[in-house]
Amino acid sequence: MKLTKLMLTTTALTIAAGAVSAEMAGSMTVVSWGGAYQNSQVKAYVEPYQAMNDGLEVITDESSAEAVTKLRAMAEAGNITWDVVDVVAADAMRLCDEGLALEIDPDTMLADAPDGTKASEDFGDLIVSDCFIPQIVYSTTFGYRTDLLPEAPTSVCDIFDTEKFPGKRALEKRPIGNMEWALICDGVAIDDVYTTLETPEGVARAFAKLDTIKDSVVWWSAGAETPQLLADGEVSIGSTYNGRLFSAIAEQGQPIGMLWDWQMFDLDGWIIPANLPADREARALDFVKFATDTQRLADQAKYISYGPARASSAPLVGQHAELGIEMAPHMPTDPNNAQNTFLFNYDWWASYRDDLDAQYQAWLLQ
Amino acid sequence: MADTSTNGPMMAADGTPLKQSLARALRRQKRRALLLTAPLLLFVLVSFIMPIGSMLMRSIQNTAGTDYIPDIIPNVVVALEDWDPQSGDLPSEAAFKAMAIDFKAAFKNKQHTQLGRRFNYETPGMSSLFRKSGRAISRLKIEEITDFKAEMLDVDKDWGKIEYWATIKANSGYYTGSYYMAAFDAERTIEGVQMKDPDQRIYQKLMIRTLWLSALITFCTLVIGYPVAWLLADLPLRTSNLLMILVLLPFWTSLLVRTSAWKILLQEQGVINDIWIALGFTERLSLINNQLGVVIAMTHILLPFMILPLYSVMKTIPPSYLRAAKSLGATNTTAFLRVYFPQTTPGIGAGALLVFILAVGYFITPELVGGADGTFISNRIYFQFSTLGNWGLAAALGTIMLVIVLLLYYVYDKLVGIDNVKLG
Repeated sequence: MKLTKLMLTTTALTIAAGAVSAEMAGSMTVVSWGGAYQNSQVKAYVEPYQAMNDGLEVITDESSAEAVTKLRAMAEAGNITWDVVDVVAADAMRLCDEGLALEIDPDTMLADAPDGTKASEDFGDLIVSDCFIPQIVYSTTFGYRTDLLPEAPTSVCDIFDTEKFPGKRALEKRPIGNMEWALICDGVAIDDVYTTLETPEGVARAFAKLDTIKDSVVWWSAGAETPQLLADGEVSIGSTYNGRLFSAIAEQGQPIGMLWDWQMFDLDGWIIPANLPADREARALDFVKFATDTQRLADQAKYISYGPARASSAPLVGQHAELGIEMAPHMPTDPNNAQNTFLFNYDWWASYRDDLDAQYQAWLLQ
Repeated sequence: MADTSTNGPMMAADGTPLKQSLARALRRQKRRALLLTAPLLLFVLVSFIMPIGSMLMRSIQNTAGTDYIPDIIPNVVVALEDWDPQSGDLPSEAAFKAMAIDFKAAFKNKQHTQLGRRFNYETPGMSSLFRKSGRAISRLKIEEITDFKAEMLDVDKDWGKIEYWATIKANSGYYTGSYYMAAFDAERTIEGVQMKDPDQRIYQKLMIRTLWLSALITFCTLVIGYPVAWLLADLPLRTSNLLMILVLLPFWTSLLVRTSAWKILLQEQGVINDIWIALGFTERLSLINNQLGVVIAMTHILLPFMILPLYSVMKTIPPSYLRAAKSLGATNTTAFLRVYFPQTTPGIGAGALLVFILAVGYFITPELVGGADGTFISNRIYFQFSTLGNWGLAAALGTIMLVIVLLLYYVYDKLVGIDNVKLG
């Protein structure tokens, strides 16, 4: 009740103010992950959008890693300062469930494909939550030093073979991904991985497999660490987000190769915080409608090797904006790269993450 | 001889009793002093006392989102009052009905997943049960249902798990001790509170490690810092000022820069290892991403906090004392141990206290160079807060750390005496 009243008041105020100027806010805060990724968004979405909207001020923030916590805190304090937030699908689901993100009707709020296909159909299964506006498909996968290994690894299980593939490994300091890979390489079928992990014996089995390489692992917590560790020769194989490896290989010319076997897919996209003042909400909606149309999603792939979330964007993916190389073979979704894959199981991890994470930390400390 | 008139109160010039007039003047002074310190007091209150208070509250409040659990599921709390989890039976039909009603309301307010998340801290699996049941339960027509138990089990068979209901019952008060239980590596089972398996006790291990490494770092800064401070205090002013800059320059440099620099120096393909190999050794050393790396980097970073108090205390010790001791026949060692060193203990006390308390709460350096076995409790608190979103547990861990540090301070005060601590 109070909220509705508040919203009505703010709307009334905005309309009164908006009667003179435009009804959309003159500034907007866009939150993303920083680095090459946010840069690709600025180039593909923000700059063209600013060119269309004279005088629009865009403030960028790089807090996506803490988006859920910060939005919770903002909602508690009653002062939401963000307008458009880039989050992974799991975070979008949490925010949506808690009423912290605006629900989106893709067919009325997002752009149709050029051939008239409705947005909901164009995005298809990737709309995993009512509040989530999908943007890219990315994957967590492995890169290896081509000059430090006697031969190129072809299977994800090669990371567990320190004799044939000497050198240290870089793995993420969290269970997600690592547990799946350990079980797959211990002979568990992908369909049974999560039921196995629900039992203490299954967890022990995954840890036992990881134990075989524990002494030669460098643990990372930020995606930028692995490319650096590979470049320095600190590790010979390491996991990270595929786009980071792409920039190390294509843009910096590092002697690094991609190991796509059993890459873990994940989605990334926009949410708009719930209960924004009407003018800011209108601005945010206008921006995401523009930023997630078919051409714009294809444009982002000119700067970074993440697959556009729309089916209609795929054929438009062309060449890298500066290097002029074809981008399609570098996409995680390219058929050659996507022979063995699995999707980050949001639902399962939402339930078991706290518990497995504690066990994982305990295992790390042993 | 009693003469009351001479024993009467002394009068001030304006005729009021002197005592009263004095008290009034004093009061006025006190008020003025209070006004002068008011901005500071207010600042401390808002930026220090209140956050600590709210942290203490967070660690015992039983909330999901911004509301207390019993306010979200009031009917369930009542319906479960008489149920005994150890009986081995599921709760009554009334409890299922109460859950359906409360759940519907929670779904409408978008609180059902927060509720699930809260219970999931205790029992894995409940988060997904609450989320998956959301829509299905919201569609139930309460007035038309006769068998709620069957209906709920039809929504999800997991509503038939006794341990889930036991968790709900055990965590349905306004306040909870379960965050502290988790922080002490204990868990609540149907049989009662038990400690976790020894190899699952991570918080104990992390706390002990944090305290042990902080003590080690304090010791290292003392061993390295003492001679430096002595040299600084002993040299003529011009030379010592120059040397002082060498101490202060890193002190003014960003913490992040210094930590990253250590990363480059110490890594396996780094400068130090390259020199090591050039010297003819074949095995590269693991100097970083472990406890050793944390001790090296933090000793360097915290060194000025040891040197500066030591220096300012040593500066006040006249050099003539040592000369006098020697002229009276003391050897160098005796003169140092019996004359000089005792006078520097207030500086050692101040430096050690400063370095230790700073080290216990350190975050960035262990995060960047700690690897798997060099992380501190603060890294875990941050992770609970920002990634897992378990603010209650983060608050409980923070509170425990605060209590430990206060206890150590108390012990320190008893052993060394806080009056013996001097910053100069």
